[in-house]
Amino acid sequence: MSESILDAKNVTMNFGGLRALNDVSMTIRQGEIVALIGPNGAGKTTFFNCVTGVYPPSAGTISITPPGKSPEVINNLLPHVVTEKGLARTFQNIRLFQNMTVLENVMIGRHARLKAGILGAILRDGSTREEEQKVIHDSYEILKKIELEKYVNELAKNLPYGAQRLLEIARALATEPFLLLLDEPAAGMNPKETGHLDDLIVRIRDTEKVSIFLIEHDMSLVMRVSERIYVVDYGQLIAEGTPAEIKRNPVVIKAYLGEEVNA
Amino acid sequence: MDLNYLLQLFISGMTRGSIYALIALGYTMVYGIVQLINFAHGEIYMIGAFTALIVATVLNMTGMPGIAVFAIAMVVAVVYSAAYGFTMEKIAYKPLRNAPRLSALISAIGMSYFLQNYVLLAQTSDFVSFPRLIPKFRFLEGLGGMLSSTQVIIFLVTAVVMVLLTLLIKFTKIGKAMRATAQDKTMALLVGININQVIAVTFVIGSAMAAVGGVLISSHVGQINFYIGFIAGIKAFVAAVLGGIGSIPGAVLGSFVLGLTESFGTGYISSDYEDVFAFIILVLILIFRPSGLLGKSQKEKI
Amino acid sequence: MNKLIPELKKSFVTALWFAFLTFPILVIKVNTVRNSILWRWGNLAAVFVLTMALSYVWRRLLEKRARGERLFDLSGLVPAKLRGIELKSVFAQKKNSRAALAVLLALAVLFPFVAGMYQTNIVTTALMYVILGLGLNIVIGLGGLLQLGYAAFYAVGAYTYGILNTRFGLSFWIALPLGAVLATIFGIILGFPVLRLKGDYLAIVTLGFAEICRIVLENWNDFSSGPSGISQIDRPPFFGIKLSVPQSAIYLYLITLALVVVTVFIVRRLENSRLGRAWEAMREDAVASEAMGVNLTIAKLSAFALGAFWAGMVGVLFAAKTTFINPASFTLMESVLILCIIVLGGMGSTAGVIVGALVIILLPEYLRAFTQYRMLLYGSILVLMMVFRPGGIIRKVRKSYVFKADGQVEGAGHE
Ligand SMILES: Nc1ncnc2c1ncn2[C@@H]1O[C@H](COP(=O)(O)OP(=O)(O)OP(=O)(O)O)[C@@H](O)[C@H]1O
Ligand SMILES: [Mg+2]
Repeated sequence: MSESILDAKNVTMNFGGLRALNDVSMTIRQGEIVALIGPNGAGKTTFFNCVTGVYPPSAGTISITPPGKSPEVINNLLPHVVTEKGLARTFQNIRLFQNMTVLENVMIGRHARLKAGILGAILRDGSTREEEQKVIHDSYEILKKIELEKYVNELAKNLPYGAQRLLEIARALATEPFLLLLDEPAAGMNPKETGHLDDLIVRIRDTEKVSIFLIEHDMSLVMRVSERIYVVDYGQLIAEGTPAEIKRNPVVIKAYLGEEVNA
Repeated sequence: MDLNYLLQLFISGMTRGSIYALIALGYTMVYGIVQLINFAHGEIYMIGAFTALIVATVLNMTGMPGIAVFAIAMVVAVVYSAAYGFTMEKIAYKPLRNAPRLSALISAIGMSYFLQNYVLLAQTSDFVSFPRLIPKFRFLEGLGGMLSSTQVIIFLVTAVVMVLLTLLIKFTKIGKAMRATAQDKTMALLVGININQVIAVTFVIGSAMAAVGGVLISSHVGQINFYIGFIAGIKAFVAAVLGGIGSIPGAVLGSFVLGLTESFGTGYISSDYEDVFAFIILVLILIFRPSGLLGKSQKEKI
Repeated sequence: MNKLIPELKKSFVTALWFAFLTFPILVIKVNTVRNSILWRWGNLAAVFVLTMALSYVWRRLLEKRARGERLFDLSGLVPAKLRGIELKSVFAQKKNSRAALAVLLALAVLFPFVAGMYQTNIVTTALMYVILGLGLNIVIGLGGLLQLGYAAFYAVGAYTYGILNTRFGLSFWIALPLGAVLATIFGIILGFPVLRLKGDYLAIVTLGFAEICRIVLENWNDFSSGPSGISQIDRPPFFGIKLSVPQSAIYLYLITLALVVVTVFIVRRLENSRLGRAWEAMREDAVASEAMGVNLTIAKLSAFALGAFWAGMVGVLFAAKTTFINPASFTLMESVLILCIIVLGGMGSTAGVIVGALVIILLPEYLRAFTQYRMLLYGSILVLMMVFRPGGIIRKVRKSYVFKADGQVEGAGHE
């Protein structure tokens, strides 16, 4: 068993009187593809938000162990610092930089990995120029991996919906994460696109050496790609297990009763 | 400490506050529904004052009693300001419903320039004196000039307007539609609310209230020019933001806080810095409560 | 033909409405001193006829807009021979655009020697607004931070030179960087407390700060000489030689022009850098940009600081040009004017901001014939532009790249 890279212990998140997460603990290990599922409003996105620094959790600790490094607590870090440490995410409601080109969107993902400051920008010395050339090149390579290169100069807002979702993934990959958090990557995709996404997720894990943690409502996708599944309901962790175990788990079935299960 | 002086400052602060409230309500209602800073709102107030001035001067020649002239001038001013507000929305804002916020803001600034210069060209660039229409009330004489009859009218009218507005928003169909639209536009559309109508009505009501404020303050101060709307507009906007823009009680609270701050500030510190007090209190409040006194802190859902 | 009647009816109703609307203010003119009334019925007729026609045009234009057509098709004006050549592709070639720029610059340098002092001064002013526009464009156009108090930084520069020159004899060339640096520091100081504020709240607080600065200048007599301002500020000397007034006008023109070139150069480089991308990302979506590793504190403060830098510099220029400054030059309207320049010119586009400044500053000057109506026209133009061409005169064109099969950059195109 490989070592854990993300450790969330007893995470609780309150919004005013609403407890969106209640004492939730989860672990992701190096190289895994793990899914987080649960009915609408269960607190899945909130969990991602806590992990990525959008909200500091009300209680509990979240720590990471980047491959080859020592563990550290990331509870109160700002989102951009969390990104620098190697976590990257996509958003459930697509949040691209709409009026920038596809390439520029990916280039911004490189931000944390570049160095140039104000002076470098103005003087445009040798190293800055080199860095700029490299970021264009690297970003294009990432687009090729996600097969978006034909849109390179398009404005993000003009992309078809499915392509926008993929661009979110490309942009997140550009930050060089060791753990990629995908929030409903298949939402709004047609079955063909979803099928394609399956392959992509597995391929990213294999070639980019990133672990993947994904929230998804499309159960067939979840069952096909994930190795482990966490289930939350009303802010509580109600089950954990392999896809086969989760499918048979009576508590999970009950939580989903009335919701359509595509499994 | 001179208690009389303090009381006087309090009354003058409440007077200012009432006028700011009448204008600020228009800002806040429009903002609540279309998220637009209607920069030209102050101009509507100015147009109300000018219309009243014109009507009052014409009627004065017929020898009508002052208070009747005042009432008629007020009604005409309200009708006209409402009509201007309605028209302005149709021309300068409606075509920009789906445009970036900044476009609508610039359009509003353009509208403000236009209306100022329209009045300047059609009337005059000088200050004109506003006729004294409100008679001296006998019963105030005992107070030693602490409270003028105009101030009494200002408090009365403001109170009546606030009550009417509350009733309208709480109990009428259009009021409910306005609240629904302010909360969630898409949802309101889905349940069959006519958004265009709601927006138009909001502009009309806001403009009408601004006109009331314009006529009241003009009879208090005694003179007007084409530029009065600008400063009043900025102040009222500050009041609306202070209270939490989009919140109706907030606008009223913010207006009184602002009016009193200004009045006590000028009275006890220095009248040179009259306008600074408004902004200092604004900056302080927003830094410590970024969404205003009564505004809900809206954490964006991600 | 059967469309004519309803159209006429619509126009007629609109005209009636406007006749009603404008009746008190346009028709009745009261004189409250002599208690007399002037009835101007001619105005009513004029409004009626005009709105009848305009309402038709307005409806047509809105329809066109709804269909997404170009509103003013000028292609008919281009001679048939040239129509095949795409202007854009001519200028897209680096060589050609460089040559065009060189010619333009040469013409600009020659201009003050040909034109009179009056013209030179007007154009100098316009060029100052180009720099102000480019500076504010960093904050609003790129950073998306609605800053409505820009005039305050402009005032910091002007007063730096005004006070230090009249009291301590500080020279223009030292004041120029000093004013810019002081304004930058001011920008950062103002930036800190407003870091948490968003959108309209930010706008109103920056507006408030600027008004506080202006009122303090107006009332703190010992420091700033109050509303009467500071006069007899030195014009910049030419290597120690005092210049005559017309000479100095030319000299200042050339200094300003040089600074415009420097500003354009620097701003374009910033725009196409890591920092420039971070600003734009913040404008597009602050939450997402943070998740991509952008430090919002740095992005915001640097945008405020760099925006203020140019304002401070122009402030010094302004004081040196007019030799007299007072708080009335730094009102909210001044900030709004600069905002209008960038929105009208084309938000985020350097060329747009330049054109915007020239149009907004020069147009009213050359509209002197219509002195009376120019502000009225100005207001209408702002509204019409926003309704019918919200992207501004020159829309921002994003950089695009051509890649070779191996992923190497083959070429890049721009505006
Ligand atoms: N910023 C916030 N402020 C207040 N309440 C919030 C906030 N964010 C989320 N919530 C609430 O927390 C609960 C969990 O929301 P969350 O978005 O995490 O659900 P989810 O599991 O992602 O659901 P979905 O599948 O619909 O995306 C909901 O009741 C939601 O309304
Ligand atoms: Mg969610």
